[in-house]
Amino acid sequence: MTTAPIPDIEFRGVAKRYGAVTAVSGINLTVPPAAFVALLGPSGCGKTTCLRMIGGFEQPSEGQVLIRGNDMAGTPPYRRPVNMVFQQYALFPHLDVENNVSYGLRQQRPRLSAREISLKAGEALAMVQLAGYGRRKIHELSGGQQQRVALARALVNKPAVLLLDEPLAALDKKLRTDMQIELQNLQRELGITFVLVTHDQEEALSMSDFVCVMNRGSIVQVGEPSEIYHEPADLFVADFVGKTNLLTGKVTGSSGASVDVRLADGSMISARSRGNLVAGQDISVSLRPEALRLEAPGDGALKGIVRNRIFLGSTAEYAIEVPALGTLMATSSHQAALGGLFEPGEPVAIGFADGAPLAFPADTKNGQKQRETKDVEIVS
Amino acid sequence: MLASQFRSKLLTALLLAPAGAWLFVFLVLPFIAIIVFSVGERAPEGGYQAALTMAQYANLPARAAAFWNTLILAPIGALACLLVAYPVAYYLALKAPERWRLILLALIVIPFWTSLLMRTYAWMYILGGRGIPALLAYAGIEDLRLINTPGAVLLGIVYGYLPLMILPIYVSLERLDRRLLEASADLGATPISTFFGVTFRLSLPGMTTGFSLVMILLLGEYLIPTLLGGGKVFFIGNALVDLFLQSRNWPFGSAIAVTLVLVSVVVLFIANRVSARFSGTRQVDLI
Repeated sequence: MTTAPIPDIEFRGVAKRYGAVTAVSGINLTVPPAAFVALLGPSGCGKTTCLRMIGGFEQPSEGQVLIRGNDMAGTPPYRRPVNMVFQQYALFPHLDVENNVSYGLRQQRPRLSAREISLKAGEALAMVQLAGYGRRKIHELSGGQQQRVALARALVNKPAVLLLDEPLAALDKKLRTDMQIELQNLQRELGITFVLVTHDQEEALSMSDFVCVMNRGSIVQVGEPSEIYHEPADLFVADFVGKTNLLTGKVTGSSGASVDVRLADGSMISARSRGNLVAGQDISVSLRPEALRLEAPGDGALKGIVRNRIFLGSTAEYAIEVPALGTLMATSSHQAALGGLFEPGEPVAIGFADGAPLAFPADTKNGQKQRETKDVEIVS
Repeated sequence: MLASQFRSKLLTALLLAPAGAWLFVFLVLPFIAIIVFSVGERAPEGGYQAALTMAQYANLPARAAAFWNTLILAPIGALACLLVAYPVAYYLALKAPERWRLILLALIVIPFWTSLLMRTYAWMYILGGRGIPALLAYAGIEDLRLINTPGAVLLGIVYGYLPLMILPIYVSLERLDRRLLEASADLGATPISTFFGVTFRLSLPGMTTGFSLVMILLLGEYLIPTLLGGGKVFFIGNALVDLFLQSRNWPFGSAIAVTLVLVSVVVLFIANRVSARFSGTRQVDLI
């Protein structure tokens, strides 16, 4: 009779407290089958706690965690149909690669035959391109190879859901990009749900079908990567996901999803909002660097002076000082910049498309603080 | 260049000199003397007389009982220590509340501040006629002899050497990466499988360290068999005291001592190998 397929994972009103400290609360999340989901948030936002509750290493203080429709309350980790790739891998140092991979197979009851075990372990190793590495010791492997062993060790058990706890954090940039692609391919081939915990918004956006943005123990927004990026639910998401410029201002008038804003420098713009703003309210306006258009002085809505330019080949990034608004970041592709590159010290006007500015209620304690945890930005 | 290299080597040599001299005078020289004694003969009035003979070694079976007692009771004692120590170390390292851990560890070490002699005397009373047997007599169990039995020696050994066994096991369990236990559970292993598949295997270096430490000390044990074993449970240590101090047969005593050292070396070597083999780590901390 059920029309919707049973979700692979479901959180129903989950909270987790450690004594007086609340790690997460009010978590409601439904993960459809065969999805790649990222739990994204700054450190301490509760994303790892959620992952560990799926794995069974933490019990919710409130609410339920369901895996394929079954309430997991009281089910220990070793009876759950999920496997985890741990941060820093947690490979067994006393076992060689093959025995690490076959560890889960050897726990299965009824027992598998020795031939079956080595066959499956071999397949799993081949899947992560480590065929022939079975007899190596763990300490003889590079970080990237250890990562692959950890993947094979988890996937060999054919879990309903694969949990990944910051799996790429310890790898260098090149390897990380390779592994991102490989993880995506694996997820599609195997057709099982991957839940990825990460604080790296690029990783979350590029790999997953759904991103679940978390902050301070709550889910802030769930959506497809492009939705998260283009339609952030609040100031925190706008600021945490991708780079953005935040401008302070006041609402002067509103009509539905559009508000008129007087920015701190006195200029008037109109911005999109979620309809929750009233005239006179202090707000922040988010403007993505790539939405900014640099023009010859005299045209655009805002006026500033180029302070710094970083040439990146296909694009150039500018730091533009706008009096009373601070320094704005602008990314411009060369096709757009018909007049060629702007030089530092040059006065410039900034324009943008009508729908580009997004207005949010000003919330200094959320938005501003979290900036510290973001990746380093280019500042002149 | 050369001069600075020479200077740094000289400095190293100078820093090592005190320890080297100490070891040479108090370990190497006496050991050479013992080896020389062991191929000599007993002087008629006792002591040593120069000779080159293997007669002392051929005579070893005369003290077979002492060797036998030691070679049976030392491993059994070490094993008993291990069995008692492991749960304690496991509790301390993995289960005890963090803030109690140091206090509990201190409780294990504090008895060491009192001389082993005094503590063993205490056991003499506890096991002796006015101790436990007297209490049991009230309960109607008569004529139970505890003191001067191999059991009493074993008890004394376990009591005396327990901390030496607990500490290295505790260290290896404490160092154990807890995420390995989670990984094992995640892969479907029950707590019992996790214990034997991960915890036990990775604490083997600590166990072999503790085992060889206790075993080697037991091979030369003198006090506990004397006080708790009476004249009946003779260890090699007792035989050595007897030969050097009472019968003044230095060459024979030396032969026994050399044999004892060889046995110790073999024990250490085997323990080292076993540990390296099963824990898979190259680093094996022996003492």
